[in-house]
Amino acid sequence: MAQPLERQKAKPHIAEEWVGKIYTLLCIAFLITTIFSIVYFVASKGLSTFFINHVNVLDLLTGLKWAPEGEPPFFGALPFIFGSFSTSILAAVIAAPLGFCAAVFMVEIAPKFGRRYLQPVIELLAGIPSVVYGFVGLSVIVPFFRNVFPGQGIGIAAGALVLSIMILPTITTIATDALAALPKGLKEGSFALGATRWQTIYRIVLPTTMPALMTGIVLGIARAFGEALAVQMVIGNAPHIPRSLFESASTLTSAITLSMGNTAMGSVANNALWSLAMILMLMTFVFVFIVRWLEGRSKI
Amino acid sequence: MKKALMVMMVLTLTVVLAACGQNNKNGNNASNGASNSPNNNSEISGSFLATGSSALQPLVDQVSKKFMDSNKKVSIQVQAGGSGTGLTQVSEGQSDIGNSDVFAEEKLDADKAAALVDHQVAVVGMAAVVNPKVTVDNLTKQQLVDIFTGKVTNWKDVGGNDQKIQIVNRPSSSGTRATFEKYALGQKSEDLQGSIQEDSSGTVKKLVGETPGAIGYLALSYLDDSVKTVKYEGVEANVDNVANGTYPVWAYEHMYTKGQPNEAVKAFLDYMLSDEVQNGDVVELGYIPANKMEVKRDVNGNITK
Repeated sequence: MAQPLERQKAKPHIAEEWVGKIYTLLCIAFLITTIFSIVYFVASKGLSTFFINHVNVLDLLTGLKWAPEGEPPFFGALPFIFGSFSTSILAAVIAAPLGFCAAVFMVEIAPKFGRRYLQPVIELLAGIPSVVYGFVGLSVIVPFFRNVFPGQGIGIAAGALVLSIMILPTITTIATDALAALPKGLKEGSFALGATRWQTIYRIVLPTTMPALMTGIVLGIARAFGEALAVQMVIGNAPHIPRSLFESASTLTSAITLSMGNTAMGSVANNALWSLAMILMLMTFVFVFIVRWLEGRSKI
Repeated sequence: MKKALMVMMVLTLTVVLAACGQNNKNGNNASNGASNSPNNNSEISGSFLATGSSALQPLVDQVSKKFMDSNKKVSIQVQAGGSGTGLTQVSEGQSDIGNSDVFAEEKLDADKAAALVDHQVAVVGMAAVVNPKVTVDNLTKQQLVDIFTGKVTNWKDVGGNDQKIQIVNRPSSSGTRATFEKYALGQKSEDLQGSIQEDSSGTVKKLVGETPGAIGYLALSYLDDSVKTVKYEGVEANVDNVANGTYPVWAYEHMYTKGQPNEAVKAFLDYMLSDEVQNGDVVELGYIPANKMEVKRDVNGNITK
């Protein structure tokens, strides 16, 4: 008598289980298909520069002259690679200390006020559209640099400054979470030994959370690396390695957005842009691996 | 478990592929509907897509809205994306009209370009502009070539003050730049170290207006007091001089179709070339009407009266 009753009870659970399983599986299958399709699409387009148009890979990676529609064409993408790395790393150099200090203030010094009011304000920065950043950069930062420094104001310095504001929320949020997740006992132990608050922050909190802070920086660099519109508006877009921080330069993303619509699909100029996109994608993978590696080293 | 995963993957793929197939079917239906509809002047129906040049997009967009108002059964979508995209898509059949600033022969392979039919709907004139503080007001062709190839880097060498020249260029793939190089410079120019390149006319205007010693070029419709327009070989850049052929720096705005257009597309293109649009919207948006031109030019730049 008892058995059928039990079975009836168990049935909805099993059904639920299956519905949940299938639904989540469907979602992950969709995601994986999308990711692989994109990778395949970009790679097939990007590689055709080398296999169909017979451009030398080394020429593309190390060449200094970019004129894909010239006679004869040149496919030197080094100025773009240089521009992308220099702007995003410089942006991280500007934003990282700011983000750390803001996080330390919000968690250690004024936790109540900080987490309640400051964090939402900083996270608000992440919600501002990049074209707004670009326009502010073009209208405020570029004229300021033009008046203060020699040169035309546009260039890597302006690009890096705009990007540093854009990646500030990423770095700050991750740093805040890491600091907040720190076990209380560590700090209390430090205080008990007679360390001051600064000594505790400097000697205990920062070293312990370093891998998480680095994760924030790498994610910030990755975001800066992929940002196109804001950078394109303030960097000048000359396909050359600049002689100063205030001279027109170019990044991988700005080169792609500037020319993608103007070139015909399948032409060598278009394929070369896909190769740049492939370099971008590979770099993103590298950043993801660095983040995974840093997470593995986490001491908390 | 593995089996279930495989099944799921296959299912997803099927759904995705089916969705793709559906799209194609819709596209076919639409164009069939347009060509099969009874030949009735008052009732044109169909839906089609026009993609391409962002310079031409405002005109096509505005005219398409008017056209749809008077022809309720027609739906037209207009997308910007660049001349290259427009030509590729019309050539591959993804869109019905490809808007372009340049001749198809300049972007596509010869055999692909041959399959396209050109409809020249308007003309755009272009002028060299400089920062308002630059004292030069006329530049010869040779002087422009020297500036844009980097031979001359100071305004004093072309009759101005002692000030560095800052070039504000377009990307090398841009249709505007191709036009300027072909008809103002007469040769290709390279991207110089330190030159600025911007794709949008608004940004070019802003940078030329603000940067000391800057030179760039803009379509006539963008000219205003924030930049100074310079004469080319002593000829002022204005609509009349473009129309009568004395000012050479101009280009056609093309709307390409693959083969002869179907009924709805043809009606739209006819409307585009009608006096109502040519003397109304075209002029209003700063283009020059195609029928006002006293000279004609072919893809190789040969001019006929």
